[in-house]
Amino acid sequence: MRFLRDRFVALLLAALIAAVAAPAAQAASLAEALTKFTTDEFSDTAEAIADVAGSGDARATTIIEALQDGRLLYNGEQKTVFYKDKSGKLIDAATGQAVAGDPPANLAAVRINNRIRRSIDAALGELTLRAPDPAKRFDAAQAVFKSRDANALESLDAAIAKETDLRVKKAFAEARAAIVLYQAETSEADKLDAVAVVRARGDQDALQLLGGLPNETPASVRTAARDAVAAMQSQQAMWSTVQNVWYGLSLGSVLLLAAIGLAITFGVMGVINMAHGEMVMLGAYVTFAVQELIRTNNPGLFDYSLFIAVPLAFVVTGLVGILIEQGIIRFLYGRPLETLLATWGLSLVLQQAVRTAFGPTNKEVGAPSWMSGAFNIGQINVTYGRLWIIVFTLAVFAALLALLRFTRLGLEMRAVTQNRSMAASMGIRTARVDALTFGLGSGIAGIAGVALSQIDNVSPNLGQSYIIDSFLVVVFGGVGNLWGTLVGAFTLGIANKFLEPFAGAVLGKIAILVLIILFIQKRPRGLFALKGRAVEA
Amino acid sequence: MMTGPILRILGRSGVLFLSAVIAVALIVPFCNLVFPPSSPLHVPTYLVALWGKYICYAILALSIDLIWGYCGILSLGHGAFFALGGYAMGMYLMRQIGTRGVYGNPILPDFMVFLNWPELPIYWYGFQHFPYALLMIVAVPGLLAFVFGWFAFRSRVTGVYLSIITQALTFALLLGFFRNNFGFGGNNGLTDFKDILGFNVQAQGTRAALFAISCIALAIGFIICRALVTSKFGKVLVAIRDAEARTRFLGYRAESYKLFVFTLSACMAGIAGALYVPQVGIINPSEFSPANSIEAVIWVAVGGRGTLTGAVVGAILVNYAKTFFTSGTLVPYWIMGGCVVIALAGLSWQRLQTLYGAAAGAALAAGITQINYVGPIGSFVLAGLFILVAMGRGWHALPVGAIFGALAFGFLSTPLATLGLAPFWLFALGGLFVAVTLLLPRGVVGTLEQWWTEWQEAAAAKQLAKPDAAQPMTSGEPSPRPAE
Amino acid sequence: MLQSIRSVAERPIARRWLLVTGLSLGLMAAMPSAKAQDTIKIGILHSLSGTMAISETTLKDVMLMLIEEQNKKGGVLGKKLEAVVVDPASNWPLFAEKARELITKDKVSVVFGCWTSVSRKSVLPVFKELNSILFYPVQYEGEESERNVFYTGAAPNQQAIPAVDYLMKDEKVQRWVLAGTDYVYPRTTNKILEAYLKAKGVKPEDIMINYTPFGHSDWQTIVADIKKFGSAGKKTAVVSTINGDANVPFYKELGNQGVKAKDIPVVAFSVGEEELAGIDTKPLLGHLAAWNYFESIKNPANADFISKWKAFTKNPKRVTNDPMEAHVIGFAMWVKAVEKAKSFDPDKVIAALPGIEAPNLTGGVSKMLPNHHITKPVFIGEVRADGQFDVVWKTPGLVPGDAWSKELDGSKDLIGDWVTLKCGNYNTKTKKCMSGT
Repeated sequence: MRFLRDRFVALLLAALIAAVAAPAAQAASLAEALTKFTTDEFSDTAEAIADVAGSGDARATTIIEALQDGRLLYNGEQKTVFYKDKSGKLIDAATGQAVAGDPPANLAAVRINNRIRRSIDAALGELTLRAPDPAKRFDAAQAVFKSRDANALESLDAAIAKETDLRVKKAFAEARAAIVLYQAETSEADKLDAVAVVRARGDQDALQLLGGLPNETPASVRTAARDAVAAMQSQQAMWSTVQNVWYGLSLGSVLLLAAIGLAITFGVMGVINMAHGEMVMLGAYVTFAVQELIRTNNPGLFDYSLFIAVPLAFVVTGLVGILIEQGIIRFLYGRPLETLLATWGLSLVLQQAVRTAFGPTNKEVGAPSWMSGAFNIGQINVTYGRLWIIVFTLAVFAALLALLRFTRLGLEMRAVTQNRSMAASMGIRTARVDALTFGLGSGIAGIAGVALSQIDNVSPNLGQSYIIDSFLVVVFGGVGNLWGTLVGAFTLGIANKFLEPFAGAVLGKIAILVLIILFIQKRPRGLFALKGRAVEA
Repeated sequence: MMTGPILRILGRSGVLFLSAVIAVALIVPFCNLVFPPSSPLHVPTYLVALWGKYICYAILALSIDLIWGYCGILSLGHGAFFALGGYAMGMYLMRQIGTRGVYGNPILPDFMVFLNWPELPIYWYGFQHFPYALLMIVAVPGLLAFVFGWFAFRSRVTGVYLSIITQALTFALLLGFFRNNFGFGGNNGLTDFKDILGFNVQAQGTRAALFAISCIALAIGFIICRALVTSKFGKVLVAIRDAEARTRFLGYRAESYKLFVFTLSACMAGIAGALYVPQVGIINPSEFSPANSIEAVIWVAVGGRGTLTGAVVGAILVNYAKTFFTSGTLVPYWIMGGCVVIALAGLSWQRLQTLYGAAAGAALAAGITQINYVGPIGSFVLAGLFILVAMGRGWHALPVGAIFGALAFGFLSTPLATLGLAPFWLFALGGLFVAVTLLLPRGVVGTLEQWWTEWQEAAAAKQLAKPDAAQPMTSGEPSPRPAE
Repeated sequence: MLQSIRSVAERPIARRWLLVTGLSLGLMAAMPSAKAQDTIKIGILHSLSGTMAISETTLKDVMLMLIEEQNKKGGVLGKKLEAVVVDPASNWPLFAEKARELITKDKVSVVFGCWTSVSRKSVLPVFKELNSILFYPVQYEGEESERNVFYTGAAPNQQAIPAVDYLMKDEKVQRWVLAGTDYVYPRTTNKILEAYLKAKGVKPEDIMINYTPFGHSDWQTIVADIKKFGSAGKKTAVVSTINGDANVPFYKELGNQGVKAKDIPVVAFSVGEEELAGIDTKPLLGHLAAWNYFESIKNPANADFISKWKAFTKNPKRVTNDPMEAHVIGFAMWVKAVEKAKSFDPDKVIAALPGIEAPNLTGGVSKMLPNHHITKPVFIGEVRADGQFDVVWKTPGLVPGDAWSKELDGSKDLIGDWVTLKCGNYNTKTKKCMSGT
């Protein structure tokens, strides 16, 4: 009992303080509230937020937003508070006047922690319920849904009455239901209605809300809530299958991306390139270098950094690939197992070279804004980053197919793969085609590195973690067949994601490995085996 | 007389090699135990432990050479068998700790007490008995190899496919042994051993004895392998290596031959692992990592595939290089620079383009050191274009020169400082692998043997100059010309 | 005859290469290692290549800096110090080999090194056998107290338990996800925490434990599970003992799936400034870490250290972190102990070390305890947008490190005391020393 009540108090911290201090806060001037920001204590800051929000002052929203962004500054000795507006101008929070002349010395930003962040959200939510922008109103509704601040009920009701946007109206109704459920004095019938509203929402926040109802809730409401939770959970279980497929596709796309370059160098050319992972790593470092350049020279371009990085990574790793082919691999054609050893040595050298040049620590590669965040389809959560990676992978795959099918280089590549001597006697410069093919495979690995830098470490060890998986994908799909690689990657990805919930990440992976070993016994040349004379060559 | 056939099997180089191994097995422990540390003849204990480790690696390399050099099976997962043997030995050693563990539990090893295991898992039973542990050291890797091989060879999984699935095998074991639930100590593995057969594992005498035993194991392994490959059985193996389909059409059951030799090799690897564990004092899942297995294959390649002696030489050579390069030895930069310049001179003697390349490389390096970030990319792109042009014109020596030029600049531009080798050893090791595969396809021993043959041929031709001069024979072994 | 000479001459590259490489290698191997005679050697045993290089290389650099600084002050006992850097290459048997080499061949007086638990376990027998000193700078699982090892990183009671206390008191967390990499440090920490949480009245169904392999990179399912676990109506927090490389994809996934610190805070024990340097921290605002040191702590000693570090590495972007501070404290303690013992002899230094005090970088004075652990303050920090931490809570004083966890059945009666009892695992119930030393 005590425990639950404690928690209840905590969740409504800002609200309760506001409730207790409400009459006083109304009278208290904004200036008084502001001085609480200057003590550098989190509990005072929380009170200050409630006071500022309750002061009814027009600048309250601005001040709290400034606090949220770390733009609210204070001077501990003079007990003065300033904020910087979006353009960086310093403004005295108490008067709203811009500070003329030199800014006062010893200004420090008001510190915030998670508790304060929650208070800020709650306060801002209430303050922006009537904002002109519907998106902002929607966010406000979500904030109130989470804070369940009883004080907001009145303004919420007013807002609902005026609301015209259906989506926002629904969100308001949900927020209202949340408050009603957690308020002791509302009637049982109201609460039952509220449960229905929340049940209709059906997501994890709704579950969270219904799962944690206060103890004094009437029994009938509790039963209804329990039913609602059960219904929502079974619905979510159904969605989880879809979710697993999505995760599997996303993992599969990563595998495919890592393996697709290898499908060229290993699958088409028959070169076991153990340095393939290092090509991926180089691609990731190119992305890092591009972003670093953009950060220092032209931060506005950051959202386009990947568009610059992709072709550059292709060119750089492609050139490195051609260099490797010319320097090492062309002497080893016909000795595939020895290329394995030489390229392994090469991978050690490349790793250490990157470590020496860039340092051993992880490098920061940021996500452009269009790759951050997520959206929901039904109950599944789709992150933009993963979505774009899948799209990107398929685009690369399609481009590669087109290149092999429709270009002269592709034609020559296929010719050389199928019958080298015949191709040579037809006038194809096989040595040049070899170099370009290897360069193409490496370049694609570099492009993969650009995408993988978005979800993984950018460190000298990046390539190592993908090399074994990549080989397995290519071998599983069938050497020499790009479609096999595609199917192989997605099959392994999805199988892995379906095994993971039952077996855990480790056992799932072991099971996949064992299955591949057994599968190779059944079909020694992979899923889509090449047929014909090329096999024996 | 028994010695006759054995000598014939071994051949001249084999006898030489064996006597060297046996001499080391006797002399090193003797010098370690008898002479006091102050004596110049004393061999320090740490060297005994270190070389004991090399010898174990050599046995592993030998087992790989048997299957790869003579049967064409490239296993990228042989480290798994090595590690399994090691774990079997480690389990015996763990049980010997008894109540001397930190928690003082007479039966459970520390890590089990620590994870609240109520009792010993079944698969740990019996490991307190040395003979049982000994059996397991051979049986577990052998059985795994047998089952794996039985499936793989019967389905005719060959070449690259086989290599990749052996890698998958060791990778799966790696993940499994990392799991603490498996009851093998997770990532920490088995460590803090006290006794082996009642002797303290850390005692000088035990170390010397373990060293001698490892050498003897190596010698026995060598004799077995040599006997095998010089027999008719060995000839079939070579036939399978060079033309499996043809051998099968001749009526040999290729898969049975492969299975036998694969299992035997796994048992040898298991023994190597078992000897390795008490000498290094720890066994942990990282021994299963595919990188370790690949490295072991590389020892064989460096020494010379299909020579047996080469595998041993390669293992010792590469590991000695690793020890040397990872140690705290300080080398003044100018010496490195000098070495590079000598190498450059040797190269440009052949082709002048190397010098042009060197100039370009040095200039590039100078550019890189001046500018940050913009530098590397800009110069890489420039260098790439340059090299493309060079390639178009057939100047293949140019990139090599460029690399040397850049290195020379780097070393010589900081003439007074000294350089710990440690951060650079991967360059040396990786470079060694590349150079050996490119330039010495037969490995060190194979190349030496070839030179010896050529030299003898030349001498014979000079002396006799007769048409009926007999072909000089180096040894009775089948000429190993791995064709891949 | 001519033919054969010709054929030899036609393969000149191979031979010349061999000659050149052989010559160069020979030259290098035969090189006289010109070393000054009257120096005291200090071994640095940190991986400079392989998977752990990412964390350990920094520690090598910080040791080199400390040694250089000490030499500028005139060395120790009038002798200059000389660093011997070896590379155990993230390979555990190689750690043991290199430790042996440092002690026997290079004759170092003390070794600073190791990061992972397994590397420490691997070198332990060597240090015991050859009687030398190891300073171990990383937070670890405890359950150990050895005569030859001095633990300057945090024991579980100096990191994990204060962090959980903070979450319980200040964030009112009632539901816990204990997520870790599957090895001994997370296993132990989670076991200790599980016992601790249950003792505090947390129900078993409110604790979710999850282990992932090293370098795990696909966190979609696990992050989704965490979100699901967090939607049961109780405030939920994640205690992360996820190690090293796996953290970056984990945090990236957290950011992408929108797990906000406001809703489900993640408190990490292995994520510091170095790890965050590889992540865009804006989506991670407010997630927590518990350490004994943060770079952002305002203090003259810390400011001085940071500026020296940036000057030494010639890189204004280099960050400092907790294990670096541990080396700073450890090195200062070793210097003081040597000066107190007036000798570099391991036995005398080991005897002198307990009781030695050295200032840490956060304004306190740490002390070496008889169990070879040190006293440290505990800080909880929240991730800031610039990759640093804001300290939101700290212990009032310094917390002494426990070698043996009081929460675990196997070790609750054990103590380590190398001053009076001369024993690392003394059982206070049976009054016996378990390992018989």
